[in-house]
Amino acid sequence: MDDRRSETFPLRRREIVLRLTRANDETLVISGLGSTAWDITSAGDRDLNFPLWGAMGGAISLGLGLALAQPQRRVLVITGDGETLMGMGSFATVAMQAPENLSICTFDNERYGETGMQSTHTAAKTDLAGVAAACGIATTGTVRTQDDFEAALPIILQAPGPVYHVIKVRAEKLDFVLPPKDGVHLKNRFRQALLGDGAIL
Amino acid sequence: MDWWTGIYEAIKQADVRQVAYVPDAGHAALIEACIADNGIRAIALTTEEEGVAVLAGAWLGGVRGALLMQSSGVGNCINMLSLAKTCQFPLPLFVTMRGQWHEFNPWQYPMGQTTGDTLNTAGVQTLTAVEPDDVGAMAAATLDHAFTGGGMSALLLHQRLAPVKTFGK
Repeated sequence: MDDRRSETFPLRRREIVLRLTRANDETLVISGLGSTAWDITSAGDRDLNFPLWGAMGGAISLGLGLALAQPQRRVLVITGDGETLMGMGSFATVAMQAPENLSICTFDNERYGETGMQSTHTAAKTDLAGVAAACGIATTGTVRTQDDFEAALPIILQAPGPVYHVIKVRAEKLDFVLPPKDGVHLKNRFRQALLGDGAIL
Repeated sequence: MDWWTGIYEAIKQADVRQVAYVPDAGHAALIEACIADNGIRAIALTTEEEGVAVLAGAWLGGVRGALLMQSSGVGNCINMLSLAKTCQFPLPLFVTMRGQWHEFNPWQYPMGQTTGDTLNTAGVQTLTAVEPDDVGAMAAATLDHAFTGGGMSALLLHQRLAPVKTFGK
């Protein structure tokens, strides 16, 4: 295992997230806890972001429920490799439901960023795009370079889902850009923006 | 009239459109009814905790859901319940009990005997149906608590309601 290699990966997560989340204001964006929550917030805190602060392993499942509920809207899940590893069964659940509007990206820096940058299983042997493909997700890919990313971007944003991409990003310590922490607020502002004022209990 | 129809009628009445589940003998007929219903998206899970997150996503998108599981599945949900608790997502659970009544498999006792306490400790309100005639009204109350109060609410379905499983012995 080369657990230092991700320190030299060319792609930078804060640049990638800008391209993913600013392409379309209508996109419904879910993030996992930790670094990807700070990432989507660094691109601009918006009402149609739902960043998790916990519930590790739940981001993809949450995106599935949302995608099935809102079939006309693109749902983009952006999560980390550790979060993805904790909920790998959800790839099988997504494949069975096959929502065409669901796109999932794992920002894979091969580290547990919030706990001290320890190596994850992807630094050793695990190929998450391979896992997703074997679970039945028809469109998958692993993005390692800028050229890879430019080729994958239209697929991530527009191709019939479910689609899944691993985006190998540099292991780096970045500034925290924290979204609101109040879960009820995050839920209510999302529903109000998506469904209107009548959606608030 | 089978008791499970009380749950089916209650979820239809409550406008539930997503039913997430891990297959279970006690819920088998209800799951089949949900799969056959064009107004319900039946979502098979690999583990019950996925369902807690799926229903949170459904609610964000304006759709009501319910989660069906066996008592052993409650243990699989514990940390994910913090999502529903912290954000006040409605979470109606329908739990078929094991380890309670002529249980053949002792491996079901530990989770079955602590299911109610575990749910209560996690902040989930529980009702227990023992008699078939009580199931429908209790199912409606469970859904009402979840959707009108934004709460976590479970109906525990006593093992007396389910066929006794003997593994051919």
